[in-house]
Amino acid sequence: MENVILNQLNYPVLSYTVFLPVLGALLLLFMRNTAMIRWTTLLVTMATFVISLPLLTNFDKTTYKMQFVERHQWIPSWSINYFIGVDGISVLFVFLTTLLSILCVLVSWKAIENKVKEFHIAILTVEAAMTGVFISLDFFLFYIFWEAMLIPMFLLIGVWGGPNRVYAAIKFFLYTLVGSVLMLVGIIVLYFAGGNTLDILTLGTVHYPVKLQFWLFLAFFAAFAVKVPMFPVHTWLPDAHTEAPTAGSVILAGVLIKMGAYGFLRFSMPMFPDAVRFFMTPMLVLSVIGIVYGALVCLAQKDLKRLIAYSSVSHMGYVTLGIFALNSQGMEGGILQMLNHGIITGALFLMIGIIYERTHTRVIADYGGFATLVPWYAGLFIILTFASIGLPGTNGFIGEFLVLFGAFKAQKLFGVLAATGVILGAGYMLWLYQRVFFETPNPNWGPGHHPLWDLDLREVITLAPLFALIFVIGFYPEVFLSYMHPTVENLLKHINTHAFAGEGLIAKHLMEIF
Amino acid sequence: MLKYILIPLLPLIAFIINILFGRNFIKDKAHWIAVPAVACSFILALSAFMNVASGNVININVYNWIVSGTFTVTIGFLIDQLTAIMLIVVTSISTLIFIYSIGYMHGDKGYYRFFSYLSLFVFSMLILVMANNFLLLYFGWEAVGLCSYFLIGFWYEKKSAANAGKKAFIVNRFGDFGFGLGVILVFLTYGSLEYTQVFSDAGSIAGQTINIFGSDVDLITLICLLLFCGAVGKSAQMPLHVWLPDAMEGPTPVSALIHAATMVTAGVFLVARCNPLFSLSHTAMNTVAIVGGVTSIFAASIGLVQNDIKRVIAYSTVSQLGYMFLALGVGAYSAGIFHLYTHAYFKALLFLGSGSVIHALGNEQNMQKMGGLKKYMPVTYAVFVIATLSITGIPGLSGFFSKDEILWRAYSSGELGKVLWLLGTIVALMTAFYSWRLIFLTFHGKFRGTHEQEHHLHESPKVITVPLMFLAFGAIFAGYAGIPPLILEHGDKIGEFLGPVLGHPHGEGSHLEEIMVMMTSVLVAVGGWYGAYIMYVKKPDMPLEAVSKFTPLYNLLFNKYYVDEIYDKVFVKPTLKMSDKVVLGFFDVKIIEGIVNGVPNLVGAFSKKFREIQTGMLSNYGLVMALGALCIIGYVIFLK
Repeated sequence: MENVILNQLNYPVLSYTVFLPVLGALLLLFMRNTAMIRWTTLLVTMATFVISLPLLTNFDKTTYKMQFVERHQWIPSWSINYFIGVDGISVLFVFLTTLLSILCVLVSWKAIENKVKEFHIAILTVEAAMTGVFISLDFFLFYIFWEAMLIPMFLLIGVWGGPNRVYAAIKFFLYTLVGSVLMLVGIIVLYFAGGNTLDILTLGTVHYPVKLQFWLFLAFFAAFAVKVPMFPVHTWLPDAHTEAPTAGSVILAGVLIKMGAYGFLRFSMPMFPDAVRFFMTPMLVLSVIGIVYGALVCLAQKDLKRLIAYSSVSHMGYVTLGIFALNSQGMEGGILQMLNHGIITGALFLMIGIIYERTHTRVIADYGGFATLVPWYAGLFIILTFASIGLPGTNGFIGEFLVLFGAFKAQKLFGVLAATGVILGAGYMLWLYQRVFFETPNPNWGPGHHPLWDLDLREVITLAPLFALIFVIGFYPEVFLSYMHPTVENLLKHINTHAFAGEGLIAKHLMEIF
Repeated sequence: MLKYILIPLLPLIAFIINILFGRNFIKDKAHWIAVPAVACSFILALSAFMNVASGNVININVYNWIVSGTFTVTIGFLIDQLTAIMLIVVTSISTLIFIYSIGYMHGDKGYYRFFSYLSLFVFSMLILVMANNFLLLYFGWEAVGLCSYFLIGFWYEKKSAANAGKKAFIVNRFGDFGFGLGVILVFLTYGSLEYTQVFSDAGSIAGQTINIFGSDVDLITLICLLLFCGAVGKSAQMPLHVWLPDAMEGPTPVSALIHAATMVTAGVFLVARCNPLFSLSHTAMNTVAIVGGVTSIFAASIGLVQNDIKRVIAYSTVSQLGYMFLALGVGAYSAGIFHLYTHAYFKALLFLGSGSVIHALGNEQNMQKMGGLKKYMPVTYAVFVIATLSITGIPGLSGFFSKDEILWRAYSSGELGKVLWLLGTIVALMTAFYSWRLIFLTFHGKFRGTHEQEHHLHESPKVITVPLMFLAFGAIFAGYAGIPPLILEHGDKIGEFLGPVLGHPHGEGSHLEEIMVMMTSVLVAVGGWYGAYIMYVKKPDMPLEAVSKFTPLYNLLFNKYYVDEIYDKVFVKPTLKMSDKVVLGFFDVKIIEGIVNGVPNLVGAFSKKFREIQTGMLSNYGLVMALGALCIIGYVIFLK
């Protein structure tokens, strides 16, 4: 296999990363004491994080090839393998997943009082499944992880969520499932078209007929667009986010919705390059609509969590905009923006969870004057506000700038339209900040009424890594960009050389379809 | 050379220390960290200035900031003549205002916060002027905007302050929208964002066009106009001027430092910095000149009738910034920067002087409730008069030199220039009028405030008055750096110093004309004073009579031409309404959610109907069976 380089480490590091949380979950089955359950989960997530670190430190940044690869025969009669590995894109998301999992455990320390054991089992299994999605190089394995992820997530929302949790959980599940089923059909078709193999890398080297690419792109698009979520299939997200417990929102925003964009990069781009070129403009249109639409809805939101959820729609619009600009700045910006969104919005949900524990309300109008009441909290929140707006010095700027650069370079109109999101973003975030933190303190709170207290040590520890990342990426984005340079370059080369030369030719092929 | 990196770094360190430890440990000692830091920056800036004056240009790249494909941009600094002047202006005025703030902000519960933000501002502003590429400039640009947001909303418990901060940031974002696109277009055009490379290649694209949304546009003009969008926002030019008067909600030292002397001049700096680009486009240059000219008369006319002491000075600032753009637009870059430099001193002085007044009156800002302060506050009065003489362009003080140069350069630059000169002269008349009106209302006549206030009237402490005296010194003598060659050969030191960066303006005009322009500007300055003197000292009833005679005009000016109201009606309200009623209420909830919830409901409704067939009663089933059998038999017999 020319696209594969073998494991640099002499132990199966990726398998450890996936299966340690599973092992931890099994261990929890035998525990009763809630304190012990919390500590065990915390240790397991931390150990997983530590184990996954060598992926970054030993990563060879000069090649686009798959690294830390493990490959074993699994079901030979259908040529299904246990085949895992990471490249310069997926390695970053393994890092993000293992990091955010620790924070999810920490933030739930006091928030979750009910069915503690089951909750932590769900957290660990969802961690394992998410990691699995990012590292699978075999479609069968990938699909198992992809679907496996839904179950604990469904439970996290449906069991530990807010008042309307059952509706939100079912909506989330059905929405995602509809997309996934179409993808499953796509995978089966690919299996036969690509020469009876489910090897993702091999399937990426086959040049499929344009007509087939067209339909397969749409089948995969159904699954990925729901996950991103792209306009107009985004409405599951606000409900799921709003009803989910804090840890659930962090997982959703931080990792789960990255899988859609990841899917475009891992499957659509290498396998259907002609279709990608053909669908470039429609994808850019949907992205720009998502950016502006999400931002406008934010202006009308009265619920703290819902507002941040809709801001995700807007921010993820930048991600797909960058990726489908089909140039290196756009794509790298898009990938970095995925990471950034995980960090910033993940942190925002942590912060909202922290304040919700004190106030038990998500209605923005119930807040006011919190800068006076909880000054340290307010100080951290303003950093997130400006990171979300994309102020230089924070990670948000780097991603947003590269995406806009790429979009403008590709098609000026979309760059210009997307840049209006920069104005709207400042509008809704600063207005939110004003309503929550400025002006005279709302008389509901404060001494004598409902007591409020500022951040405690556990909460500061929970937030610290994400704030560090905001500034590290803001001032030295090469920390993460350097991983993806060769991978992105190779991907773009593939699209540009593999795709039929002229747009006209693609159009001609496609005419046959209709 | 690396020591110059400390110039911005010292204030940054002061910020970090104060923001982390200020609340619990440093508290009211925050100035012990902030003041030395900025003072050291000033000393280093002087050393950098000397270095540049001896003929060196410092250009250092520290590290690669963003790398992606062919796109590379560094964190790097350029200290040339233009930057050197800016360094001196920024650090010297910052130092004085920091010291002033020790007295002015004394006892405020956010004392440490104030010095933190102020230090962060100085850091950002220094990055802005020291950057050696467009993206780092953009970094500083946004960061000063952030500090401005923090400091305008410093007393965030006041709703008006919180609103003003938000407004400033969002209005600026409109400008930055264009600026950001301009930066991107610069890279796509020149393949670099570094000044030296972009400017040396500037001419290579002259005449090229770019297709924007179907029509061909001159590339260099487009780049310049996009960059200029940023300048319009930051320097509060029309139509984005609306944030600056509201920004007066911030503490007065902030108004002086950020909203008069330094940050708001960033737009002027930007255009001057990009002069190799602007000089290639007539359209862009004329746009700059016209926007500047129109803004200056527009703002000055509003300033004539305002009653809030700080707002008068704020409109004066908008107007004077317009003057600077007017200068840039006619190609007199060094005149624009010269005015930036003198303006920084006399305008900071006006603000700090008004701060001294406000402080003495217990936060009263309405001039109608002042009067007769001359005898209580002699030092403040004296410096106020100096600043006013300077801004109105009385010969011998700083303002005269820079203002005169702008008017002369405008006059001598051609047809459009003559019109702009006339505009500028009318503005000078208005400026003299409202500046003296301010003095007469505040310091002359009888005190019109409460007895309580009168009882507490006092001159401000030394920590406030001493910085005022230093600034007064600048307001008088700073202008001697640019004496017109007409008066003293080789007197225009600053123009010669800036020559390598900004070039030398070429105009046509005789000495006679130059003298005429100079005489006119002095004449209108005196005229403005005389008008104000008659109206506010000799015949104090006249203003009221004038108001009743010209009520509609007065209302128009007093309400700032209703621009805020128009923006609210045309942009803000409809956007909010649309997002609530149309985008969320109709599209998201009705259409998308309608379909999402509708499909399952439809399936559910169907299955409910089908379920009803299964009644569980044998007779029903029997009947259906019999009917079915009959149908089949009938089919076989009759149709087969």
